[in-house]
Amino acid sequence: MSVMVVRKKVTRKWEKLPGRNTFCCDGRVMMARQKGIFYLTLFLILGTCTLFFAFECRYLAVQLSPAIPVFAAMLFLFSMATLLRTSFSDPGVIPRALPDEAAFIEMEIEATNGAVPQGQRPPPRIKNFQINNQIVKLKYCYTCKIFRPPRASHCSICDNCVERFDHHCPWVGNCVGKRNYRYFYLFILSLSLLTIYVFAFNIVYVALKSLKIGFLETLKETPGTVLEVLICFFTLWSVVGLTGFHTFLVALNQTTNEDIKGSWTGKNRVQNPYSHGNIVKNCCEVLCGPLPPSVLDRRGILPLEESGSRPPSTQETTSSLLPQSPAPTEHLSSTDMPEDTSIPEEMPPPEPPEPPQEATDAEK
Amino acid sequence: MATEVHNLQELRRSASLATKVFIQRDYSDGTICQFQTKFPPELDSRIERQLFEDTVKTLNSFYSEAEKIGGNSYLEGCLACATAYFIFLCMETHYEKVLKKISRYIQDQNEKIFAPRGLLLTDPVERGMRVIEISIYEDRCSSGSSSSGSSTGSGSSSGGGVGAGAR
Repeated sequence: MSVMVVRKKVTRKWEKLPGRNTFCCDGRVMMARQKGIFYLTLFLILGTCTLFFAFECRYLAVQLSPAIPVFAAMLFLFSMATLLRTSFSDPGVIPRALPDEAAFIEMEIEATNGAVPQGQRPPPRIKNFQINNQIVKLKYCYTCKIFRPPRASHCSICDNCVERFDHHCPWVGNCVGKRNYRYFYLFILSLSLLTIYVFAFNIVYVALKSLKIGFLETLKETPGTVLEVLICFFTLWSVVGLTGFHTFLVALNQTTNEDIKGSWTGKNRVQNPYSHGNIVKNCCEVLCGPLPPSVLDRRGILPLEESGSRPPSTQETTSSLLPQSPAPTEHLSSTDMPEDTSIPEEMPPPEPPEPPQEATDAEK
Repeated sequence: MATEVHNLQELRRSASLATKVFIQRDYSDGTICQFQTKFPPELDSRIERQLFEDTVKTLNSFYSEAEKIGGNSYLEGCLACATAYFIFLCMETHYEKVLKKISRYIQDQNEKIFAPRGLLLTDPVERGMRVIEISIYEDRCSSGSSSSGSSTGSGSSSGGGVGAGAR
């Protein structure tokens, strides 16, 4: 009797997604390719907090109150949870147009603009829309072959169009966009509070212990304190500043991208049509508004193609016809869109301080 | 003009894909998900204008409901924040619930209205919420307009033919 060996491996959609993302846990986790700085962030937070819990907390819990480590633990867990949510979730990537859709849009563009002779660079494709009595331009993305929705931008690092694109943050190893902006904001907020908390209680610890055994003896007994204070000091300046900046953005319902480009500032520019005019309303919408689910369907199963025919009528099959990104398009994406890459998509700067803040300072 | 009644399964077996029409997003109200209700000329001979508009308007109202900013969404957001978003591991968001409703509605519309007319709506979620894709099928056995089987590659020529004819 012959025995048939059946291969059970299924191909999930994330394996065939274009763009420069890495996926883990069979498509459940989605990050950018460069993760080194994210690991550094994790190491700094975990390391500092471990030292704090191991040394200072033991003394302070006894001398002052056991609530001190409890509150620190809550802050630590909250910031880790929001960090992992920011890093691992889909920021709001817009899937690329399938060939049919791309062809349809090309046709529409040619009908509007007229055909471009071979060899000539086509004019930038822009559609004008009116939103709340302001004219907003929609740009065509040559890589994704779509007209980008308002507030969307193409991240050159991840090679994806992202909705409500804020910036690409190497510290969290992912883009920050519509779907994970609130997690990012809560992460930097809780990290600021955690940093201030650890810094303050380190000072208190050193002060209390120095009264008993002297300053130098204290430092000799717990050398980790020096390290914690140093890390917290430098983190404070960058993260607290960044939190302040993002609080300002949230209150005005703006993105970092728009702020850097100066989309809504200046005399001849339109006013921000997305702001409700009310700080509370803006905050509520950005932080507590409805959360759209990911449209990428990373864990969907790609149907096995039968030899020859591809059934076009089933919805799942048509969505599996994801466009490959050939070399010419890659070339286009790096050279053809200066208007996208002029926004600092947060290439890691030479200095340690937070890149978004760094970039805003540099650009302004 | 082919007026035979098909059900969905028959459609997939016997019909060949002629072309696809893409209903684009309407951004006049901001970034919320709404689709244009402008009637595409390619569908002129296939479906009544009112039916098409009603379908798109119903879809638009579903999306408005999903993205509505109000007491419920704030409550959901605050509760989720208080649990450090762990609650999303066991609970579906309001948006996801509405998207399921939309899928059921589209399935229903396809079975009752679109398939009998040789059309098929694709759920916008499958297209990244960018477009409503309407596939137009030609009956293989009918002597209607000549169509190339698949619309990839030749989509521009067949679509251009239909579009130019309609324009």
